[in-house]
Amino acid sequence: MAEVKERIDRFPSPFEVEVPPGAEGWERLYPYYYLFRDEDRDTEEGKFWFFDGMHNPEPIYPFDSIMNENWWVALNQYTTRVWVVPPALGIDHRVVNGYLYISPNTITDPERIAERATHFTERAGYYFEHWDELYANWIRKAEDVIQRLKDLTFEDLPEREPMETITSGRGLMSSFDLLRDYSALLDNMHEIGYLHFEMLGLGYGAYLTFKEFCGKAFPGIGDQTIAKMVAGIDILFFRPDDEVRNLSQLAIDSSLAEVFTRDDTSPEQMLEDVAARPGGAAWLEAFEKAKDPWFWLATGPGYCHQHRAWVDDLTVPFQAMRGYIEKLQAGEDIRRPLEHILEERDRLTAEYRELLPTEEDKKPFDDLVQLARTVYPFVENHNFYVEHWHHSMFWNKVRDLGQIFVNHGFLEDREDIFYLHRYEVYDALYDLLAEWATETPARGRSHWPGEIADRKRIIEALRKWQPPPALGTPPEAVNEPFTIMLWGITTDTVKTWLQVLGGGDGETASNELRGFAAAPGVAEGPARVITAVEQLAEVQTGEILVCPITAPSWAPVFSRIKAAVSDIGGIMAHAAIVSREYGLPAVVGTGFATKRIKTGQMVRVDGDTGVVTILD
Amino acid sequence: MEAGAPFVVWFEESDASSVHRVGGKCASLGELRRAGVAVPAGFAVTTDAHRLFLERTGLTDRLASIVAAVDPQDVAAVASASRELRGLVESAPVPEEVARDVREGLGELERRCGGGPLPVAVRSSATAEDHYTASFAGQLETYLWVLGAEDVLRHVVRCWSGLFTPHAITYRAQFGFAEEQVLVGVGVQQMVDARAAGVMFTLNPTNGDRSKVMIEACWGLGEGIVKGDVNPDRHLVDKVALSILQRTPGGKDMEYRFDPEAGEVVCTPVEEERRAVHCLSEDEVMELARTAKAIERHYGAPQDIEWAIGRGTGTGAEGLFILQSRPETVWSTRPRESVFKPGASALEHVLDRFTGGAAAGDS
Repeated sequence: MAEVKERIDRFPSPFEVEVPPGAEGWERLYPYYYLFRDEDRDTEEGKFWFFDGMHNPEPIYPFDSIMNENWWVALNQYTTRVWVVPPALGIDHRVVNGYLYISPNTITDPERIAERATHFTERAGYYFEHWDELYANWIRKAEDVIQRLKDLTFEDLPEREPMETITSGRGLMSSFDLLRDYSALLDNMHEIGYLHFEMLGLGYGAYLTFKEFCGKAFPGIGDQTIAKMVAGIDILFFRPDDEVRNLSQLAIDSSLAEVFTRDDTSPEQMLEDVAARPGGAAWLEAFEKAKDPWFWLATGPGYCHQHRAWVDDLTVPFQAMRGYIEKLQAGEDIRRPLEHILEERDRLTAEYRELLPTEEDKKPFDDLVQLARTVYPFVENHNFYVEHWHHSMFWNKVRDLGQIFVNHGFLEDREDIFYLHRYEVYDALYDLLAEWATETPARGRSHWPGEIADRKRIIEALRKWQPPPALGTPPEAVNEPFTIMLWGITTDTVKTWLQVLGGGDGETASNELRGFAAAPGVAEGPARVITAVEQLAEVQTGEILVCPITAPSWAPVFSRIKAAVSDIGGIMAHAAIVSREYGLPAVVGTGFATKRIKTGQMVRVDGDTGVVTILD
Repeated sequence: MEAGAPFVVWFEESDASSVHRVGGKCASLGELRRAGVAVPAGFAVTTDAHRLFLERTGLTDRLASIVAAVDPQDVAAVASASRELRGLVESAPVPEEVARDVREGLGELERRCGGGPLPVAVRSSATAEDHYTASFAGQLETYLWVLGAEDVLRHVVRCWSGLFTPHAITYRAQFGFAEEQVLVGVGVQQMVDARAAGVMFTLNPTNGDRSKVMIEACWGLGEGIVKGDVNPDRHLVDKVALSILQRTPGGKDMEYRFDPEAGEVVCTPVEEERRAVHCLSEDEVMELARTAKAIERHYGAPQDIEWAIGRGTGTGAEGLFILQSRPETVWSTRPRESVFKPGASALEHVLDRFTGGAAAGDS
């Protein structure tokens, strides 16, 4: 690669991106409104579109697009219409070659901002003032949505309606129930989406305010240090791993350790063996109790159907359990150092407080710490309720529906339903009902199998495409708070991307990558590049995890690795939080780590400065 | 003067209250040593020794009258008076009691540092030094790599005569210090053969942020940084989180080191490959920051600290040593601005960040 870098001042136009070979026709996998249109070229090219790999590191399956569309409306309506956030109008979406690109809309007219500010103050003020009761209520609402999701079942149409349909005089039947339940399933997803964003923007806003003041009072203070002053120990994300630790201890106490530490034994086999042993019943009871809800933890951010939860595949928690049992047998204490976390939080807060520039700063500092601590449980915990518990269950309900299509020859495998987008599923369902009603073979039987084979080929081709970090025209400055906070994208990030692109699409001469210093410390080791959840088992002890983005359910992997590096994510990214918890250095939001680093290369991760160096 | 009081006092026997007896610098080193900070071992030759020297030699009045006769504005006259005054002091004999105590002290110091001839630093430690608004200390003498009792004694006298540098004469006249009040203690201290050295502040000197420690480091002795002719490495550490925030390598093209053949400190070019390399490891940066934090906590005020990392060769001094700590005077005396808008509640601050200042009444 030439040393001389071409200076570029914009990202590729979304209209000039080439379709990867074999992916021709990808557009039909998504609703029409998701695509760039030539008619809008002038406006759309002038915007800044960045790749949302945080939610979708892989090409979006057609059905999974519901998840992005969900926040396209749910989050943005809060910004625009509910809280009336003065300078922001939500974040727009487009799909390019199967990958999601998003663009924040902002308001610059001072009069309009001022007008919106009056509404915002009144509305947001109410939520902040009543945060605790609203959060308590939020939990009840979320659990109710999840309970209703649990109650939804998808059963195949009967050969003929049962006698009860006649005797009850109901007048409605299985076909109606199926359509209604499918609609209810979609509504349920939208409903949790509304809840997802009900308190999120305000919660992040409060946290961000505290963070900005820390930045002013103590220029250069690490993001992770600020988070440590706020985070408590009651973070639900650690519960699943805690449950595994408890089950490990119980296995030892019940003399069952040997069952879980055997090689080449499936989790299912282990469970059978446990059942056959004395003391096994008590362990199984504890296991069942822990599973719901804690094993609904997805092995990814929860936004994609292929991020299966622990309940679906016990390999990850059982591997972790084996590790914990072996540690316990070696006399180690595997409990999380909870006291230390709280002590450290209090120490940091007290010491910074003493070093504030003036005495007058102490009271507002105290108040803001308090407010940030108030909102933090929601900010942290909503993920477990929404993305893990709810979404993991949601994907399984869709699979149940997929099975009905398999029964009728529309699909070869229940997983194939994810190659249809949600409106197509409704079409196919109606097609199926017509067949049931008339016994004329459904068109779907001949239409879908071939179409799905095509789509599989397209998705595979899209998977080989490396989405550039951004498209279109870079902004003068990134100041949209959620873009910075959630995606870790700053004015500097954009500059770095442009430089890297100028140097040849990620393959610069430099051996350094820069990102957010997410968890302090420095570590060196061989890299393990993981681009799909299924590869997680490849991670070896002592390696440095390099991934597009991590998810909380990867926690057991964190007990094996030395450091974590991700392409995507800001300080609130889960990789950051989990790394801090595990005391591992982490650099997130590097943009290109999975492209630039190869498995086996020696890398150095500096979680203090946010620099990752390729040493080989 | 107490009858029979020794003319030599070990650093650890002094503290902040000993300024009148051992001078500001030695009192401060004693205070640091007592606070558990690694300070090179040594002792002070007391102000009593200085006083006895002046009494025995009968020089007091004569020196005062020469100073009184000179016009402090007349540069040439001050220079000539300085030569005369220093000549008088340096040719006068040291009282035998003092010489005996210094020889014994040096012998003991050599034993404490592993035995054998020990190169020492001989520094003046003025009693007027701790006037924070005056950087008087910089105008007094330090002699490095002094070897053997006779040479140490000679340099003790040179420290006494250092009160009559042209600068010091002018300075005292200007600020009205009475000549007879100024006595000098002299520190005799194990030399640190520094692999790297420098200064550090227990705040960020660029913006006064007290949550940081700023460390400046160069190869060899710290002279280059103090004089300002070496561009040092800089390390910014968050002293609360105890994490390194920034490490910026400096040019470091020259280094000060003791040349045993020339018998003096020389300034030599640094080889190309060492210039851009950090002269401190991350562990050393953290050790320095922790030490700085402990010293600041001990004094209860921001500090300006000189330090060195000994090679362990030549003088036996290995690892981190603190050479001096003084109150930071720039930011500590300046009023600081609030970061929070006065009177606004936490909620108003949060609303502000979304509204661009409308909620808490920004203009």
